[in-house]
Amino acid sequence: MSSLTELSPEIAAPRAGLLFRVLPPGLYAGRARTLVVRSALASRSVWLSLLSGFFEPLFYLVAMGHGLGSLVGTVSGPAGHQQSYAAFIAPGLLAASAMNGAVYDATFNFFIKLKYAKLYDAMLATPLGPVDIALGEIGWSLLRGGLYSAGFLAVMLATGLIASLWAALALPAALLVAFAFASIGIAATSFMRSWQDFDLVQLVILPMFLFSATFFPLSVYPPALQWLVQAFPLYHSVALIRGLTTGVVGWSTFGHVAYFLIMAALGLVVASRRLTALLLR
Amino acid sequence: MTGTPMTIPARRPVLTGWAAALRVVEGLWTWYRRSWRATVVSSFVQPLLMLVAFGVGFGSLIDTSARAALATGGVPYLTYLAPALLAVSAVQTAAFESSYPILSSFKWRRTYEGIAATPITPGQLAGGQLTWIALRLTMSGGAYLLVITLFGAVHGPGVLASWVFAVLCGMAFSAVFVAFSAAQEHEGGAFTAIFRFVVLPMTLFSGTFFPISQLPSAVQPLAWVSPLWHGTELARGAALGDLQLIPAAGHIAYLLGLLVVGVWLSRWQFRVRLTR
Repeated sequence: MSSLTELSPEIAAPRAGLLFRVLPPGLYAGRARTLVVRSALASRSVWLSLLSGFFEPLFYLVAMGHGLGSLVGTVSGPAGHQQSYAAFIAPGLLAASAMNGAVYDATFNFFIKLKYAKLYDAMLATPLGPVDIALGEIGWSLLRGGLYSAGFLAVMLATGLIASLWAALALPAALLVAFAFASIGIAATSFMRSWQDFDLVQLVILPMFLFSATFFPLSVYPPALQWLVQAFPLYHSVALIRGLTTGVVGWSTFGHVAYFLIMAALGLVVASRRLTALLLR
Repeated sequence: MTGTPMTIPARRPVLTGWAAALRVVEGLWTWYRRSWRATVVSSFVQPLLMLVAFGVGFGSLIDTSARAALATGGVPYLTYLAPALLAVSAVQTAAFESSYPILSSFKWRRTYEGIAATPITPGQLAGGQLTWIALRLTMSGGAYLLVITLFGAVHGPGVLASWVFAVLCGMAFSAVFVAFSAAQEHEGGAFTAIFRFVVLPMTLFSGTFFPISQLPSAVQPLAWVSPLWHGTELARGAALGDLQLIPAAGHIAYLLGLLVVGVWLSRWQFRVRLTR
């Protein structure tokens, strides 16, 4: 036994954590981080597209905040605060980019690796299990998303679009949002059969991006539509992050957080069940 | 043995120009008839949602403001935006059709290799592929036009000219992009980078949502390079009926020039790749 623990940490059996004891053997080897390392290595050849993820919300911020903002004047933000159009949309763009990044990673990229590259089949021939794969992929996607969000927040700070110290919590909030979307995304991808199904992803993501009070306040809609918009996750993520960057924090903040905790848990349960069924048949 | 050496006839195209290109179009149409559903969201629903979100939703924020009226020339924002989105959607559909499908036909599906084994020459193949993309842009543009007419976002019959200008603009971009895609060996993130660093900024900064005079003056020359700016100016001018002759001729000349260069580059790239 002692010889095992003296091996290098890469090969040695990991410390038995809670997940390790709870899950059936074979599903989890405690080595999810090797997947993160793998993703980091693999992404070195596509560094340009990796970098581009940071610029996407920035382009929107400059074009919409500056260009459209000059047509608008001020907008009423959370709790009726009048704010510049750029300050209004910036948190919305942060929330949307957290969603977009997580969803694209969890759907398109995940599907290619699952169905075409057969990457996970190869990984399962090693001690890694489906839970390692799910955690490792979500972990990488969060790491990436976290870097983008931190960069965007830095730009917001530098351009004076942050009105409150609460904004420090916007980064963990964006990560929570990304985590929830990633787990739901992986769960959804596990049901997809072919490329044609990805149009459905677009069909869900795009209207959410455009209509979740990202570019104009909820008050624009008639009351019935307001209820509908509020049912969708991106609305909660926009409201959560906008509340933090403008310093309007209250019970509703906890409501938004709870929404994402439930969504993430639901996604994880479905994703790990489906992946087990798909990969360990 | 007759003693006369057998002569090999000089390689002449069996099919001439358009006849060959139209066969390529026919092949692509046969495929599209079965899989058009997968393109409905990206080429039709997407511009429509943009129109509703910005034209109606965002428009309701600004339609009362005086400085917005100054920027849009007094027309409602929906009417201002609708023809420009026609050009945007043409460019976006063109971008998609000129990226993965081209690489895939060379590399994964290898349909181009199959076609190159027939009497169709690589140059004719490139021409056929581009003609097909033009047809796709015309079809999705027509569907979009129908919807904005129902929305009441149409000013007059000038919008039919906008349709033509939008297709021209999409093709000017597409031809250059097809040449680029035909030169790609690996996916390698090049397309993602183009979509994010070329297509997206082009969509946002080409005077679609706001006149480029609202941009810092240092950035404005960038818009002049963008084919979409020329397309937007033409499409919006034609739809609202305030197109001036000289600027319009300039925009058209720029787009046609780009198209000619792109077609030439595409034919050349197809020849290089399929005859090596």
